[in-house]
Amino acid sequence: MHNRMPGLARAIVAAALLGLATQAQAVTEIQWWHSMTGKLNDIVTDIATKFNASQTDYKVTPIYKGQYDESMTAAIAAYRSGNPPQIVQVFEVGTATMMAAKGAVKPVYQLMAEQHEKFDPKVFLGAVYSYYSDTSGNLISMPFNSSTQVLYVNDDAFKKAGLDPNNPPKTWPEVEQAAAKLKASGAPCGFTTGWQSWVQLESFSAWHNVPFASQENGLGGPGTRLEFNGPVQVKHIQNLADWAKKGEFTYKGRKDEPLAAFTSGECGMITTSSGSYANIKANAKFAWRVATLPYYADVKGAPQNTVIGGATLWVLNQKNPEMYKGIAKFFTYLSSPEVQEKWHADTGYVPITVTAYDLAKKNGLYTERPGFDIAIKELTNKPPTANSKGLRLGNFVQIRNIIDEELESVWSGQKNAKQALDEAVKRGNEQLDRFDKANM
Amino acid sequence: MEKRVVFQSRWLPYALVAPQLAVTLVFFFWPASQALYWSLLIQDAFAARTQFVWFDNFRDLFNDPHYIASFQVTAVFSILVTVIGLAIALLLAVFADRVVRGAKVYKTLLIWPYAVAAAVAAVLWVFLLNPTLGVLTHLLRALGYDWNYLLNARQALILIVITAVWKQISYNFLFFLAGLQSVPKSLIEAAAIDGAGPARRFWTIVFPLLSPTTFFLLVVNIVYAFFDTFAIVDAATSGGPVQATAILVFKVYQDGVQALDLGGSAAQSVVLMAIVIALTVAQFRFVERRVQY
Repeated sequence: MHNRMPGLARAIVAAALLGLATQAQAVTEIQWWHSMTGKLNDIVTDIATKFNASQTDYKVTPIYKGQYDESMTAAIAAYRSGNPPQIVQVFEVGTATMMAAKGAVKPVYQLMAEQHEKFDPKVFLGAVYSYYSDTSGNLISMPFNSSTQVLYVNDDAFKKAGLDPNNPPKTWPEVEQAAAKLKASGAPCGFTTGWQSWVQLESFSAWHNVPFASQENGLGGPGTRLEFNGPVQVKHIQNLADWAKKGEFTYKGRKDEPLAAFTSGECGMITTSSGSYANIKANAKFAWRVATLPYYADVKGAPQNTVIGGATLWVLNQKNPEMYKGIAKFFTYLSSPEVQEKWHADTGYVPITVTAYDLAKKNGLYTERPGFDIAIKELTNKPPTANSKGLRLGNFVQIRNIIDEELESVWSGQKNAKQALDEAVKRGNEQLDRFDKANM
Repeated sequence: MEKRVVFQSRWLPYALVAPQLAVTLVFFFWPASQALYWSLLIQDAFAARTQFVWFDNFRDLFNDPHYIASFQVTAVFSILVTVIGLAIALLLAVFADRVVRGAKVYKTLLIWPYAVAAAVAAVLWVFLLNPTLGVLTHLLRALGYDWNYLLNARQALILIVITAVWKQISYNFLFFLAGLQSVPKSLIEAAAIDGAGPARRFWTIVFPLLSPTTFFLLVVNIVYAFFDTFAIVDAATSGGPVQATAILVFKVYQDGVQALDLGGSAAQSVVLMAIVIALTVAQFRFVERRVQY
């Protein structure tokens, strides 16, 4: 009995040593926490597998951590307990929170420079790059899945209403006329919109080159004030409210729910994410097409360029500097034209680089799928201005909820556009103050 | 001769209750005290900067008219869920108690909804009542009733009340059924011989004898409506339209988990905790007096 214990202890020590030895020889593991489900999850795994096969020093392990807010919360909790993942995918509304966490994140431009990886900011699409850079134009997080807003048109419904689907509405007044004709032809709904805050206010402001918030829409740091209650936005929201009263515009929900009203054929038009392409293709039992996001022709400078939505990859600070080398190599692989072109074609997200866009053109992707490039054309329509680079607001999740609430009070007729947007700005500014207080 | 069991040891009784105490301390008092402490802090998400701000979070809350408004929503919601949930469950239990043939099947089926997760229950009802796709929506439209909970505040509240009640009925039903089965048959028979009809027998004998069960369920259901319903709201309405269904616990979840405002969220849960403690104390002081054990 007495001999047994040391024997066991010896075995444990030996096993531990063996474990250490294997670990030292093994490749460095890079954890990539993401929120991609279903087919997107398969594609993410495929990207990692191919990167792992391309070299022997690093192994990227993608781990699904729940929806965007869940994986972000999980990564922050892991960071707070001292054991963060290497890469985490964060949605665009979390950008300000991540960026304010100096010391917790490793900016991408720094990472690439320190690791001597080739990195050319000029190959990125301007509107993608600017959304995730600081005011000096340095990229902070790696763009991954980006989409923008487009108009989808039901060709069959258009023909039935005596409209020409080859000539879809270009401006908002034309959208209204088309919606009225759709209604007159017996359609239950003329047009609807997904992601109302993102489409009808955030990108709407950029598309018309008017500010959504001060300090370059918040990119310039703290002390930002919301400004989306300007005359252009008020006029547009009031128009939508008036069209809602006439039954031409129908509100179908805050997020992605309205898409079902388009794919089921109920609504003849929808403005929503370009990323919905695959979903519509799979579910719509009618001829349809993609068209450019409408604008007001009488607003000077419109159309400018749209803003993106989606998520980027953030590098969390690591105790082991060895990790950075692997992450940098992975980012170089991820942003290569071949990987990006395949990602774009497989998912419907826009490619993040011009080189990938050119490759897609060369491969004939857009002749095969007409309208698939409209999102990229909108994003690159003009070089981004202070009003159209992107948005970076603290407590953006709460601000979007406030905007949703106030817009709902417009659609249900409780408030007019001016009252609702003024109130949303006032409540939103309180959220910005709270954020500044927590982060200053 | 000593008939009671007396512990000779001084430490044994403490040792015996220690596990229970430890569980209570670790899983109840520790988190609650953390919530109290955090409600006095303002912290960024990564905990890089933490400031002790005394009652600033509470001041911000009570200066927000929308937060005050959500008290009213919560009150209406909780009362509806509790009253409707208890009434329907009692009715079903009385029926089930009388069923002779196939009673087991009937009872088992009634228990099923309890096994459904709150978010799934909400999605289920949303499918039935969705303004675009809902089966019941088409039925209501055919009857000339315009159902659109996306813009109609009252309908949105009805939707989450239906879902919350539907999910809780099974639980209430089980307890009521057990309560009914323990009512002595001799009492009911005696009343029947004296000429009391079924309704009279129920209200004068069965219902008073059920009062301990009813009281227990009242407390449990109010706590359920206050705390366990955020997943339903999140999946069904996200608090909208405007703020028609933004109950207090949903705002705690939204601000804390989704929006990472930990201080503000902790302050809200402290307020919620205070309300539920006050309600439970009130129930024990005023309602329990009328309970006949």
